[in-house]
Amino acid sequence: MKNAGLTLVAIGLTGLSLGVSAQEGDRYITLASTTSTEASGLFDAIIPPFTAKTGIAVRVVAVGTGQAFEIARRGDADSLLVHDTDGEKRFIEEGYGSERADVMVNDFVLIGPGGDPAGIANAESVTEALSLIAEAQTPFASRGDDSGTHRAEQRLWENAGVEPGGEWYRELGSGMGPTLNTAAGMNAYAMSDRATWVAFDNRQDLELLFEGDEALFNQYGSILIAEEPHPHLKHDLAAQWHQWLLSEEGQAAIDDFEVKGQQLFFPNAHPD
Amino acid sequence: MPDEPNAFQTALALILGRDPDLIGIVALSLQVSLSAVLIAALIALPLGAALALWRFPGRGAVVVMLNALMGLPPVVAGLAVYLLLSRAGPLGEFGLLFTPGAMVIAQVILVLPIIAALTRQQVEELHDDYREQLASLGVSRLRRIPTLLWDARFGLTTVMLAGFGRASAEVGAVMIVGGNIDGVTRVMTTAIVLETGKGNLPLALGLGIVLLGLVALVNAAAHLVGETARRRVG
Repeated sequence: MKNAGLTLVAIGLTGLSLGVSAQEGDRYITLASTTSTEASGLFDAIIPPFTAKTGIAVRVVAVGTGQAFEIARRGDADSLLVHDTDGEKRFIEEGYGSERADVMVNDFVLIGPGGDPAGIANAESVTEALSLIAEAQTPFASRGDDSGTHRAEQRLWENAGVEPGGEWYRELGSGMGPTLNTAAGMNAYAMSDRATWVAFDNRQDLELLFEGDEALFNQYGSILIAEEPHPHLKHDLAAQWHQWLLSEEGQAAIDDFEVKGQQLFFPNAHPD
Repeated sequence: MPDEPNAFQTALALILGRDPDLIGIVALSLQVSLSAVLIAALIALPLGAALALWRFPGRGAVVVMLNALMGLPPVVAGLAVYLLLSRAGPLGEFGLLFTPGAMVIAQVILVLPIIAALTRQQVEELHDDYREQLASLGVSRLRRIPTLLWDARFGLTTVMLAGFGRASAEVGAVMIVGGNIDGVTRVMTTAIVLETGKGNLPLALGLGIVLLGLVALVNAAAHLVGETARRRVG
């Protein structure tokens, strides 16, 4: 019994030391980013060359943009890569971020059942497409999770002069992939970033029905966290990551990333 | 359902392929959940036994509370641990958030009430049988705790397995406090959530089958040890 007890203690301590050993030695930063970048596989393509060059590992916590901001506000992430330009600027104004730069763009697309009951495929603009969905009252699956995509979707409804609500408008409160799973299950329309859609495998009857409107432009920005509220963060390492993303090498890595033969993110850092 | 054979094939391929990423994920799942169960047991077994032996005012409320906590939603436990370990939280300076250590802590909170509550019940029943004998021998209540725990050990193994089941199956807590970081805090359940999000349902289900197999293995090992011990005793 005594021996068993000692073994238990030993194993228990090993468990606790997991946390400690993960903290020691290795050079890494924690990056709060979005589910779209993670689910598409972008990070698997761009982090290894950065780590190879600098020896800095990047640990990605992929959440909705709203939650990413909250994680950074609390001092739990060294850097941010998100897609809500207004929110990003507010984050800087509030004093949590010291620098923000455009990194890349992709675009949002409207997904829906192959039969296109609301007839959005031939719409002139995304506002027209959304109005058609609202008029037809066909089910629409919204993220409803305060993510960058959700915020963009709400702005587009506003532009269309529609206040979405009622039984056809279903706020799911989940990530992009789960939202597409649900939309596939109930044959609903949904707005997705192109990256998640292209990488998504469980389409069932869903098809890409509307794309190409400039209003669907989706800008990703990299943010450095301000030193002031959180001096404990790895500001130096995070700055190296930020600079690398904007560098020729980082931009080329983003440019080269493809899923199923399709480029998903277009680098657009402005050299200054 | 065309996905079914696919998922089993995927599971088989995953196991036979011995993918290093998968092995890492499996190892971390086991490490985190087993550590959580063992740490929780170290606290909960004596705690449950003590609760079975002592009578004090408000004891009924403690027992009810402990039983209720068996139903603590993992996401709530995760959120509480997140707020504790976050840099802005009281234990932030240890930098434990988004590490396996944080995941162990969250799972300890989930498992502890289960082991404590069920231990309390088992030891209480056992104590009812032995009370007079132990009293006549003049064994103090403190000394009765190890005796009773040892006597109840076979039943308590099942209790610990229930705790392990809870820990290895939950996703809400480890997702929040671990962050599902590739190669660092990704475990079986969070990997399943990620693959489901990608719409890669056969792989997600395949991982689920691997997880189920893993839990079955742990249970089988415990069963084997228990049977061997029982035979020796019997």
